[in-house]
Amino acid sequence: MTELAQSSLAELGKLLDGGQVSAVELAQLFLERIERHRDLNAWLDVRPELTLQQARVADARRARGERGPLLGVPIGHKDIFVTRGWASTAGSRMLEGYMSPFDATVVERLARAGMVCLGKLNCDEFAMGSSNENSAFGNVLNPWDRAAVPGGSSGGSAAAVAARLAPIATGTDTGGSIREPAAFSGVTGVKPTYGRPSRWGMIAFASSLDTAGLLAASAEDCALVFNSMLGFDPRDSTSVQRPDEDFTRALQSDLSGLRIGVPAQFFEQGLQPDVEAAVRAAIEQYRHLGASLIDVQLPNAPLGIPVYYVVAPAEASSNLSRFDGVRYGHRASRFDDLSDMIKKSRAEGFGPEPRRRILVGTYVLSHGYYDAYYLKASKVRRLIAEDFRRAFQVCDLIAGPVTSSVAFNFGEKAADPVSMYLADLFTVPASLAGVPALSMPCGFGERGRPVGLQLIANYFDEARLLGAAHRYQLATGWHRRVPPGF
Amino acid sequence: MSLTLADVHRIAHLARIEISDQQAKGVVEQLNDIFAMIEQIARVDTAGVAPMTHPLDGVQRLREDVPEAAPDRAELLGNAPAQQDGLFLVPRVIE
Repeated sequence: MTELAQSSLAELGKLLDGGQVSAVELAQLFLERIERHRDLNAWLDVRPELTLQQARVADARRARGERGPLLGVPIGHKDIFVTRGWASTAGSRMLEGYMSPFDATVVERLARAGMVCLGKLNCDEFAMGSSNENSAFGNVLNPWDRAAVPGGSSGGSAAAVAARLAPIATGTDTGGSIREPAAFSGVTGVKPTYGRPSRWGMIAFASSLDTAGLLAASAEDCALVFNSMLGFDPRDSTSVQRPDEDFTRALQSDLSGLRIGVPAQFFEQGLQPDVEAAVRAAIEQYRHLGASLIDVQLPNAPLGIPVYYVVAPAEASSNLSRFDGVRYGHRASRFDDLSDMIKKSRAEGFGPEPRRRILVGTYVLSHGYYDAYYLKASKVRRLIAEDFRRAFQVCDLIAGPVTSSVAFNFGEKAADPVSMYLADLFTVPASLAGVPALSMPCGFGERGRPVGLQLIANYFDEARLLGAAHRYQLATGWHRRVPPGF
Repeated sequence: MSLTLADVHRIAHLARIEISDQQAKGVVEQLNDIFAMIEQIARVDTAGVAPMTHPLDGVQRLREDVPEAAPDRAELLGNAPAQQDGLFLVPRVIE
C-alpha cells in the first residue's frame, strides 16, 4: 500500500479508471497514513466521515459513467482556504473553530473536478512566516529531520506531501510561502501568475501578492490539477480573464532551444556552498538536456525584502482590520466598552508575528510616513518587476536557488524577525512582480536536508515552466525520494 | 530614524491592539530592526517611476449592481461571539 501512496496523480487516475482502486479506498489509505503520522502535526482538522462521504460521491459519479483525471483523487487544503465542514482558522487563535458558510473558489473548483478533501493543513498564522513556528496550533515537523523546520507558511502542506500523507495539497504564496517550504521539505511547489487562481475564500494577507498554488511530488501532478484549479472568477476583483488552457501541453516538449537565464544576484548574499553546489549541478543538468544558459541581471532583486516588508504589512494591516471580535473570531471575555473590546480581542487573538506586521503596516500607511514608505516601496516594486521584463526578453526561464540554506532548526531564527525575513530573499522578487515560479528538489545538502531549485517564468507561461520542470524530473528522479520511514 | 515607546503606543492605538508597557518594550527593538532593514529603499533613485500597486497593473473590474445569492443568515451569525434576534451584539455605545 506504500506504493499506492507514492503513485503519481496520473497513475491514481488510471487505477481509478480501471476500477483497480476506488475513491473510498484511496481516501482510507491516506486517512490511515495521516492518523499514523499525527506526530508531524501537519493537519489541523481531519474529519474522516466527511472525507469518506466525498469519496463515495466520487465513486458514484464514476459508476454513472463520469470520467475525469481528478475524479476520486484526494487532496489536502492549506488552512488559509475556507471550507464548509472543516474548521477554517488560518493557523490563528483569532479564528479557532471558525466554520465557513461557503467553500473558497479553489476548493469548490477542485471538488467539482471530483477531488476528495482529506482535511485542513497547518500553516503559519495568517500565512505570515517562513518556518511554520508562527502557527497558534504548534510546529509542523519536517519529515526528513524532525529537528528541522518544514518551512512556511505552507509548512503543513509541504510536510504532508513529503510524507505522502496526501498526494497533493494546496498552498498559498505571498512572498515565498509555497516555494520555501517545498524546498525545505523536498517536494515540488508551484505558484502560478498572480490573478490566475481565485483569491475568493482565501483568508486575506496581502491582496496584491496572495496567490494560490500547489505542493505535490511532481510538476506533472501540479499541471494536471492546475487545469481544474485556475481560471476566471467574477467574485475576485483582480481575477484575470483569459481563455482556458491545458497546462500539461508542454510536458512532452524537449528542452532544445530553451534559454535559461542565470541571475548573478541569486548567487550572492550568503548563499551556502551546499545549496550552491546542488543548484549549479541542476542548472548544468539543464544544459545537458539541451537548454542554453544565459547570464541575466536582476539588479533590483536584492531590494525585494525591504520592499516586501513595507507592501505586505501595509496590506495586512488593512485586511486584518476586519477582526474586531464582533462578527466572527475571538472576543475578549473582559472589557470596559466597545473600543476596549476591540483592542483586547485583537491583542488576545493575534500572535506575535501578525501583531508585529500590523504595527509595521499601520505605521507605513500613517499620516506623514506614507510617501517615504508605502509609495516609495511601490515604486521600487516596479523596478523589480521591470528587471524580470527585461530578463525575459533574452531568456525563457530564470533558474536559481530557492533559499540560501537548507532547512534550519526550530528556534534558530525565531527570536530575530529580520533574519527570518531574509529566508525569503530569493522568492520575494517573483512574488512582487507576480510572475509564476516553482521549487523542485535537486539534491541534498548539509545534514541530509533537501535542496530546492527555483525556476521562474514570464507572466502566463506556466505550461512552459511545468514542462521544463517535468523534463528535469524525468531525467534525475530527485522528486521521487521519500523520507525514510514514510 | 528610531521609534520610541511612545510611538509604539500610538501605532498600537491606531491599529486598535492593546499593548502593555512591557510588550511595547519587547517590540520596539524588533520594529527598529525591521525599519533599519527597510531604510535601504530610501537610497534608490525612483525619479519618474510610477508606483506599482498591482501585478499586471490591473484595474478594478465592475459588475452590474444586481443582488446575488448570499450565504445563509443564520449560518453567518453562527460564527458571531454574541448575537440575538438576527443581530450582532456589541457593548452599549449610547448611554
